[in-house]
Amino acid sequence: MKHTPLFQAHVDAGGKMVDFGGWEMPLNYGSQIEEHHQVRQNVGMFDVSHMTVVDFKGVQAKAFLKILIANDVDKLKTEGKALYSCMLNETGGVVDDLIVYYLNEQDYRMVINAGTTEKDIAWINTQAQGFDVSVEPKFDLAMIAVQGPNAREKVFEAMPGVEELAGELKPFNAASLGGLFIARTGYTGEDGFEIMLPEKSAEFTWKMLLEAGVKPCGLGARDTLRLEAGMSLYGSEMNENISPLEAALTWTVDLSNEERRFVGRDALEALRDEGVKQTIVGLILEGKGVIRDHQKVVTSLGNGEVTSGSFSPTMGKAIALARVPMGATGSCEIEIRNKLVSAKIVKPPFVRNGKVLV
Amino acid sequence: MSEVRDDRQYTETHEWILDNGDGTYTMGVTDHAQALLGDMVFVELPGAGDEASQEDEFCVVESVKAASGVYAPADLEVVEVNEVLEDEPELVNSSCYDDGWLVKFKADNIEDLMSAEDYTEILD
Repeated sequence: MKHTPLFQAHVDAGGKMVDFGGWEMPLNYGSQIEEHHQVRQNVGMFDVSHMTVVDFKGVQAKAFLKILIANDVDKLKTEGKALYSCMLNETGGVVDDLIVYYLNEQDYRMVINAGTTEKDIAWINTQAQGFDVSVEPKFDLAMIAVQGPNAREKVFEAMPGVEELAGELKPFNAASLGGLFIARTGYTGEDGFEIMLPEKSAEFTWKMLLEAGVKPCGLGARDTLRLEAGMSLYGSEMNENISPLEAALTWTVDLSNEERRFVGRDALEALRDEGVKQTIVGLILEGKGVIRDHQKVVTSLGNGEVTSGSFSPTMGKAIALARVPMGATGSCEIEIRNKLVSAKIVKPPFVRNGKVLV
Repeated sequence: MSEVRDDRQYTETHEWILDNGDGTYTMGVTDHAQALLGDMVFVELPGAGDEASQEDEFCVVESVKAASGVYAPADLEVVEVNEVLEDEPELVNSSCYDDGWLVKFKADNIEDLMSAEDYTEILD
């Protein structure tokens, strides 16, 4: 199995290591629920070095990204500005979801998922033929996400000098200096930074953060945090057969510039014209139990399926994201071990910035 | 290292069974099982008086991570369930051999249980 530069640090900290798409990663360091609360209430850090950074450089970097992804990089005008987008196939399905950062018109940085990296890079290289752009995966970078209401303060304390670099960053913006790239982004619904840095600096930085009192958190807590925040997970809420229009990600698809014929656009327009039949909603279980992936959802408009189900530590209830017929609202039922349990349909997010919103 | 207690017997599916000496048995999940499952958030128990056949999934313990069935080690009749777990499922984590017990049941005979020693061996 593959290891990040922080593998030994996880083992030393008592991390329960599991196979995560070919990477041996910490699921938790004892209690997933405590780690979850730590991030909601204070600060925690995650090793996300298994994710992949890809740099796009060249005179046609911008022109290429305008056709590669469904959101429009033309929105990015200032250095370090970030954009969330899906990258689509010809049928409008999602190849991956990603964040792209603008550095200048000829230099962009993208962060893609770990499990899709090989497929993504092959796809990107195929699409890049005919463009004057170099596609450069940066496998020698580590990434640490520090998240929580006190995350920024703790990063500044642990990493002297970073406050001067990143103290004024607004959400969804990044700053860089040499090999350090620091973005005010995350996947938890809390404030914080995602820090990309040379793998050789990873363990040192991790230890500095530990010394400053930042608790390590595993991928288990990362999943319940993103679920509460109503954020999609590639492979669960969307995949190569599900378009962003069917995954409550229409806000990430920019159709405003008629001339920007990005990959998958024709299929999305056809789908839009014939009517989108399904979407992603949030569910809160009213009866007893825990919602799990792939359970059947029974609504007044037809059946759906749980795409991400778990227990919300913040709410103390079972919650889920589910794919249901478009327009389904009110109450529904979830089939849990052959019993129908009642649930309420809500609009995600469930929790943001420590507050329950549903 | 998981705790295994000498005063009771075990199943391959990581349940423990304690003979109460009066024809009833108390049952729960082992330390190994609770550690593997992680933070418990829900326990589904049968009712007193319910019957189960050997190998029936008659309880479910659910952690944040996954639901896991608990199997009847014999044909049995439930005499008591640990109702405290409804509000405090985390007792299965913090006290799996004591306060986190699941059910008490009656059974004529139970076969194929492992001693603490044998159970410790399969954990290695």
